[in-house]
Amino acid sequence: MPNTAITANRLADGFVIYLTADGGWSESLADAAVATSDDELEGLQAVAERAARAGTVIAPYAFDVETDAGRPLPRGRREILRTLGPSVRTDLGYQAARS
Amino acid sequence: MYRYDEFDHTFVTQRVAQFREQVARRIAGELTEDEFKPLRLMNGLYLQLHAYMLRVAIPYGTLSSRQLRQLGYIARRYDRGYGHFTTRQNIQFNWPTLKDVPDILADLAAVEMHAIQTSGNCIRNTTADATAGVAADEVADSRIYCEIIRQWSTLHPEFSFLPRKFKIAVTGSGRDRAVTAAHDIGLRLKLDADGNPGFEVLVGGGQGRTPILAVTIREFLPERHLLSYLEAILRVYNQLGRRDNIYKARIKILVRETGRDEFARLVEEEWAHIRDGELRLPDGEIERIQAYFAPPAYQALDDACPELAVQRAGNRAFDAWVGSNVEAHKRPGYAVVTISLKPHGGIPGDASAEQMEAVADLADRYGFGEIRVTYKQNLLLPDIRKGDLFALWQGLVAAGLATANAHRVTDIIACPGLDYCNLANARAIPVAQAISERFADPERERAIGNVTVNISGCINACAHHHVANIGILGVDKKGKEFYQVTLGGAADENAAIGDIVGPAFDEDRIADAVETVVDVYLAERRGADEPFIDTYRRIGLKPFKEKLYAAH
Repeated sequence: MPNTAITANRLADGFVIYLTADGGWSESLADAAVATSDDELEGLQAVAERAARAGTVIAPYAFDVETDAGRPLPRGRREILRTLGPSVRTDLGYQAARS
Repeated sequence: MYRYDEFDHTFVTQRVAQFREQVARRIAGELTEDEFKPLRLMNGLYLQLHAYMLRVAIPYGTLSSRQLRQLGYIARRYDRGYGHFTTRQNIQFNWPTLKDVPDILADLAAVEMHAIQTSGNCIRNTTADATAGVAADEVADSRIYCEIIRQWSTLHPEFSFLPRKFKIAVTGSGRDRAVTAAHDIGLRLKLDADGNPGFEVLVGGGQGRTPILAVTIREFLPERHLLSYLEAILRVYNQLGRRDNIYKARIKILVRETGRDEFARLVEEEWAHIRDGELRLPDGEIERIQAYFAPPAYQALDDACPELAVQRAGNRAFDAWVGSNVEAHKRPGYAVVTISLKPHGGIPGDASAEQMEAVADLADRYGFGEIRVTYKQNLLLPDIRKGDLFALWQGLVAAGLATANAHRVTDIIACPGLDYCNLANARAIPVAQAISERFADPERERAIGNVTVNISGCINACAHHHVANIGILGVDKKGKEFYQVTLGGAADENAAIGDIVGPAFDEDRIADAVETVVDVYLAERRGADEPFIDTYRRIGLKPFKEKLYAAH
């Protein structure tokens, strides 16, 4: 199974968030919990679904990640953009604060 | 301009209050996302890639300066200082927070605007000829009919849950300036033998994954029957359109599978039951609506404007701008001005809050306070005295809005693409920027002449790539963006769907590919008067294809 993380959008502002190992949510993919087995993924998905039912997050889904020394990195243009913000407005989105 | 009546005011205000309560219940956890999603979509609130997006309706693309100023205020107060004008002649705000949306809707309601029916399987904002009421060649002012359609289609109980979304377009003359052939229903104003206005009715056009041009089901529909005939078409569609497969749910599929003649027969059969009923427009109704669109207080001017000739001769940049962005007006001494939202290398359709305010001020100072949004994602000032063009242009230069490229190769339509949109497969804006920069030399751009370049980030074709002279479709191949090129599409009265040229190009080669296409055109055209589309129709795909793939 490929390494997998869980992402969603935050209810308050729709911003991209990632599920962390302690069951919280972070704006940074670097903080995301990475599932390396089906069992781990099921566990994370159950946490995400509970958060969605509780109403704090919207539309959670699992996606494949690369890992570098255990830290997750996005694969594919869509997930890369979600970690940053619009490539045509680098003054907006998460990339603005991180640059 | 049309103003809300008491019913409109009361309803929109009630809707804002209702949505405010729904948002509060959602934030309090009393509504699930599944319950809330249809409610937010009914109020124009989408969830996009990075944030929520609010799509605000601009009925048939017509704005007062007060409304545009308010959009600028909303952009600054609640968003990130800008808005994005779309091919649907609407505006989108890309960063609203959920709790602010009711306040935004209240601020919109204060200037007779809303976000209702900008989503969902209902009748959407009517696409209009942006030069309605002022075009030198128009048969009749199409805004009157757009407004009649707006009143009829707003909250129409029978058509709130159609098989799929539904878009109507109206153009005011034989020149199609509203892409009518690519709409669910296209209406082309014409006169009968006695000089009475009516419509050629087209049905079943659409883009997306199955591009189909609309077919004419009625050569002439007298204006009094407009609503009953539209209702008959919608009823046939509502009853027979597919609800089991989203990809086959648009009316274009129904018309294609039923056949034009049979579909027309079904419509006529339904129409026979209702044509003389309550939807028949009573005497005086068209005149009543017409009064809202009465011409402004034009001055009696000579059409010749010697001052303008002197100003053009003395300023090359101004001269170039007049050459591309100024068109004939029906009244002597006046002109129609396109304000390009396509700065070279910029983001097509974006305008900052300051630019919206600047345009509103210029519309007040030099026009009659009216602004249009074009389906090409530009703004338009309909009534400018020729003698004021130079001062207006100076104001636009100061606001960064004087790009002289209307209808030219850098006047590119681009959807938000993967930079913003949840449905997109590839980015569209960076490709538009790369092409725009490639052709930024004004002399070269002028030499190329009029050509349409449209870029969609997915098969939904929001940027109308199928009907562009040069169409570009972004696709995803294993996480990488590629761009498929089509040639020979057209969005005017000779509408055509473009031909796929061959294998897609990657991000680094797509601007080169467009340049190659333009070079082939320049080499093959019979003089500067032969526009790209005419050359393409004369020589076909082959010369372009040979050059594009020569090295492979």
